[in-house]
Parts: sequence; structure tokens; C-alpha cells
Amino acid sequence: MKYVDEFRQHTLAKQLAEAIRQEADDERQYHLMEFCGGHTHAIFRYGVQDLMPDNVKFVHGPGCPVCVLPIGRIDEAIHLVEAHDVILCTYGDLLRVPASGRKSLIKVKAAGGDVRMVYSTQDALKIARENPDREVVFFAIGFETTTPPSAVALQQAKAEGLKNFSLFCNHVLTPAAIQNILESPEVRELGSVSIHGFFGPSHVSSIIGSRPYEFFAEEFQRPVVIAGFEPLDVMQSALMLIRQLNEGRYEVENEYTRVVSREGNKKAQSLVADTFELRRSFEWRGLGLVPYSALKIKKGYEALDAEKRFTIPVSQAKDVKGCECPAILRGAKRPTDCKLFGTVCTPENPMGSCMVSSEGACAAYWSYGRFRQPAQQSA
Amino acid sequence: MNAVVKRFPLRLDTKGARVDMTHGSGGRAMAQLIEELFLKHFDNELLRQGNDQAAFDVSAGRMVMSVDGHVISPLFFPGGDIGSLAVHGTLNDVAMSGARPLYLSAGFILEEGFPLADLDRIVASMGQAASEAGVPVVTGDTKVVEKGKGDGVFITTTGIGVVPQGIDISGDRAVPGDKIIVSGSIGDHGVAIMSSRENLEFETTIESDSAALHKLVDKMVETAPDIHCLRDPTRGGLATTLNELAMQSGVGMRLLESDIPMKAAVTSACELLGLDPLYVANEGKLICICSPEDAERLLPIMQADPLGRDSRIIGTVVEDEHHFVQMETLFGGSRVVDWLSGEQLPRIC
Repeated sequence: MKYVDEFRQHTLAKQLAEAIRQEADDERQYHLMEFCGGHTHAIFRYGVQDLMPDNVKFVHGPGCPVCVLPIGRIDEAIHLVEAHDVILCTYGDLLRVPASGRKSLIKVKAAGGDVRMVYSTQDALKIARENPDREVVFFAIGFETTTPPSAVALQQAKAEGLKNFSLFCNHVLTPAAIQNILESPEVRELGSVSIHGFFGPSHVSSIIGSRPYEFFAEEFQRPVVIAGFEPLDVMQSALMLIRQLNEGRYEVENEYTRVVSREGNKKAQSLVADTFELRRSFEWRGLGLVPYSALKIKKGYEALDAEKRFTIPVSQAKDVKGCECPAILRGAKRPTDCKLFGTVCTPENPMGSCMVSSEGACAAYWSYGRFRQPAQQSA
Repeated sequence: MNAVVKRFPLRLDTKGARVDMTHGSGGRAMAQLIEELFLKHFDNELLRQGNDQAAFDVSAGRMVMSVDGHVISPLFFPGGDIGSLAVHGTLNDVAMSGARPLYLSAGFILEEGFPLADLDRIVASMGQAASEAGVPVVTGDTKVVEKGKGDGVFITTTGIGVVPQGIDISGDRAVPGDKIIVSGSIGDHGVAIMSSRENLEFETTIESDSAALHKLVDKMVETAPDIHCLRDPTRGGLATTLNELAMQSGVGMRLLESDIPMKAAVTSACELLGLDPLYVANEGKLICICSPEDAERLLPIMQADPLGRDSRIIGTVVEDEHHFVQMETLFGGSRVVDWLSGEQLPRIC
């Protein structure tokens, strides 16, 4: 497959592994956080950790949009279905995320709620056109990558005068979250979590460009390498990060030049700027309230804002007792540090969001990597 | 031919009419549906007797019986439809014991309003699949449910067959050292289905691999009567089926990703949808686990059959108290190939 196979070649992987071994200094540790779930998934699916020397470790970050959504937002979406009888359109990953009171969207659907899995915002618009006497809400989540399609949906709905369509906006912003992690006491003061460098998001950066990371690379003295989602991308980027650390540099470098530019996708950016504006603060699972880390629907489109159209009581939901998702999302704990991991919390019966999405650290550990854990602990 | 009065003065309208509640009520409308639609396509002596059951003689020996319900959406897809699938699926379940399938039954649950033209097309396809396989549908049942209580048509088929002397194929017989063979490229059926789902249409040349495998199995057991396990990797795909077998036999497995046959179009489609082809359904493939010597003997026999042309050894059975299926990736690392959990959902980011 063109443009895919080239980035999964075994021989190149071996060469890169050798180069990393040469470059990595035996005397120091390299803890590299991959922000994105896409990287986490690639690392496990292709067994990238196997090719790394022992002192190069991947720390899994909070870049899975499903995982960082607080329980309360799912409760609120469920409220829309149950109390307002809307057709709720959502991406598939969200269906199984546990909400309060042992509910989830998939259980609400089984109980008769009209929850529909869609593949794009266009599907949701189509459902709205086909059901003019029903309220149709699109459950919008995701980082900067999924925001432009939501922007397009808002513009289309407004242009068409689609009266029964609205959007429940949960779009969040990557740079604010990375900055929040770096500012957390565990990283900054206590030093209990060491993160020496970052793999920058690939798809997100194709929209926002590499420029937004420049501030915190400088401010926090951590190198960032924008990395593609293929396993060779991850390895090449690891090499670039190790090199920067060895040379004492803290720059934003771009490994994913085939897609990402410094400025990003201007057209997508202007679409988003036209329809969304910053929220003063938004709750992230694991990070708590993070200032200016999310988007809300802008003036001019407020008629399409589900939060304005419907009264939604604010949920005060708490995580399941014992669930370590918050600490895992901050990189402060590993999935295997959680008492629930693999006992009561499995992909079949997830207690926390990290076990739901294939990009969640817990699900990735469980599906691809759990056999490795006992060996590592005893070593 | 007896010069009897025509039982049904007006022929069944299989062009424009639709299933209604009378077609399941046991009256004249149902009799006409059976005679002019089901009997037309399934025609065989046992069915023509018109009894509520089929009676037949069987040879001495071990018999197998298997049942399979079919609820697929969409009903028609590239490379097949619910009708041919209902025949192939059950024949394969019977054949995976090494048995020769003898007879099939078919139960239909029809939704009120379902076009008779579609039903005619589906039953014709079933009839053709059964006749190609040489296994007749000898008894059946039809029920109609009110509109909104079904999804067009559901078909349940049962098959029975007889196992040749000396064959003992079972999911708990894999032992360390055994080889794992797959009979061809994986993921074709699932991708063909997804390509024709209403909200997911994408263009692909991939067709479902839906096929009856019992003739291939016949040749295999003739060549290697001591085959340990056979199973068709349908729902949940290759990964889930191998995990089932590893669990049942109390063993582990090691696969080589580079040896797993996969069509480029399937890999591409899965890449696009964020799916893992190892978990995508097949309807015309089998997994065979046997001794290394038998594997050497079987491969050329399988490859000489059109349904096994791309057969490959993809791995080895190993000792493993955790019963993990592990795979050496193309990339050079290794990963656990776990059970499928939930539905395979497309990734969103």
C-alpha cells in the first residue's frame, strides 16, 4: 500500500533501532511522552518498545479524545436522550464509555434511547434532514483534527436553515493540555514523573501546524518532535528527540514533513475561527479544569448550540472508586499500577475511559502488551 | 401429469407484491408462497412430499448437526447475499468436523412489507448454493412478523452430516509443535459488507469470500486423517478464532505477520476505517491445525483447490500457560493478538 508500507519496513526499523542504540547514552534515561493515542496504538500494535534500548521509555499521554472526556459530559449527553428525546449522533468510540449510575450510551440505546453511531458530521446532518420533526444532536468530541468537520456542519446547517440540528461541543485543544501536564506538580516540583521530551501530535499538527508548540518547548525546556503515526515515524522521532536531549537542545522539530507545516492548514483554521471560540475553562479527565483548553460555539451560531437549546443540568459525576485513569492520563501511573486493571476493568467491562478506546493506554496495554508486564516487573 | 384444477388461480406476484401477515398464517397464501417460491428454488424429492418433516435413512457412524442464524445487513453485498451465506455458513460449520454434509433445513422470519422480489432473489440464490454444494434443503419453516419487528428477513439454517470413520477433529486437540494453516486471504467478507453499508459506501473491488468448504475439507481429511483442529474464522476474524482454539486446547500460538495472506485492497480499506484485518470476518476460509508432517502434505492439496489456492502456514502452536496468541509483527516487534472485545469500532482521530 503506497504511503503506508514504506513506513512499516522491517529493515529500516532495524537500522533505526541500531541508530537509536548508538545515539542513546547508557548513563541517562530518556522518558518520552507520546501525547497522542495514535502513537500509543502504533507503539503497541507494531511492538516498537521491543526495538528500543532499556533506557528509552514511552510515557503514554492524554491524547485520546474519548479518554479525556469527563464522565459528566457523557451524563449530560445521556440527559439529552432521556429527558429531551433527541436523536443523539455520536462517533462509535463513545458508545461504551461508562457514565454515572452504571450507564453508558450503548445501554441507553438498548433501553430505547435513540442513539446512532455515525462516521462523520455529514451523516448527522443527513439524519437531521430525514427527521424534520425530531431534534438531532451531534455529540462533537475530539482534538483539533475533528474540529473542522464540526465547523463545516455548523456552517452547512446555518446555510440550509436546518432548524432541528444542534451540536454538543466538546472539542478540546492540544497545546493547552500539554502545557498543563508540564505545569503539574508531579512533573515540575516533585519530579515524580519525568518527561524529557514529547512526540508532538501528527494529525492535530496538520491542522494547527508546528508553531503552537514553540512556546512551551522554550518555556519548559523540553524538545518536541512532531511525529507521524506510522511505526517508523515514531522511531525516527525518538531518534530526533534523543539527539536533541544529548545536544542540550529544546526545539520543535518536524519529522512529519510530508503532512505538517509550521503554519498548518489555514483554511481549516479559518473555518474553526469562524464558528468556535475559546472556553474560559473546561474539565479534562485526569487534568481537572484547564483554562482556555476547549472550544465553544461562537456568537452567530448559538442557535445550533445544544447547550443553549436544551436545559442540561450540570453533572457532578465522580470517577469509579479506585480507577486510576486520571493519573494514567497525566503519565503519573501506568495501567498496571491500577488495582482495577485486568481484574474488574477489561475492554469487555470498562470502568474507566482509558479501557474503552483502542487508543486508550489501558486498552492498548491490555490488548497488545500485557504479556510483557510480568516479565518487566520481575526484571 | 394429473389434470387437476389449478390450486392458485392467480400466480404469486414476485415482481411487485410484498410479504403480508397472511403469508405466515398457515392458510392458502402461505401454501402458495411455499409452492411457488420456496419449492420452485429448493425443489427436491423430500421437500416435495410436503410433510412437516423430512424422513430419510442415514448410514451408520458419527453424525454432526449444526445451526446458524443469519441476520446480515445489507441483505445483498458484493459476492453474495443472505441466502447463499445461510447455506455456506451452515455447511462450513458441519464440514469443520471433517463431516460430509447431507441435508439442510431453512427457517425464514420475514418482516411484513418485505418485497417478494427480494425474497425470490434470496431464495433462488440459496437454492443455487445448495445445489452447487450437492446438499438439498429438505425441510423448512416460514413466519411473518409485523412491520418494524424484524429487519427484512432473518434466515436460520440447520445442517446435518456424517463424519468418515477414523476422523476426530476438535478444537481441543492442538498440541505444541503443530502448524497453523489458513486457507487464503483474510478479511474479504467483512470488508465487502462494510463497503456496501449505507452510511459507509466506499468503492472497492473486494467481494465476499462466501463459499462452501466441505469439498476442500473432504480432500484434506483424505490426505491427512489426523488433522487436529479445523475452524472457519467468521465473526471476530482470524484473531478471535485462534484465541478460541488456544483456549480450548490449553496452548499458546506464535504467528508471523509476514505469512498471513491478505489482499492489498483489504489492507487499504482496513487502514482507512481504522480496523485490524485480523478481526474482520471471513465466510470462505478455514484454519487447520495439524502436525508439521501433515502440514507439508496438506499444503499442495489445498493449494490445488480453487478455494485454498492461497493457503499458507502462518504459525506454530506453542506451550503457554496464559494461552496467548502472539505475533511477530512485520515491523520486527511482537504483540499479543487478543480476543475481539465489543464491536470493532472505527477510530475517530
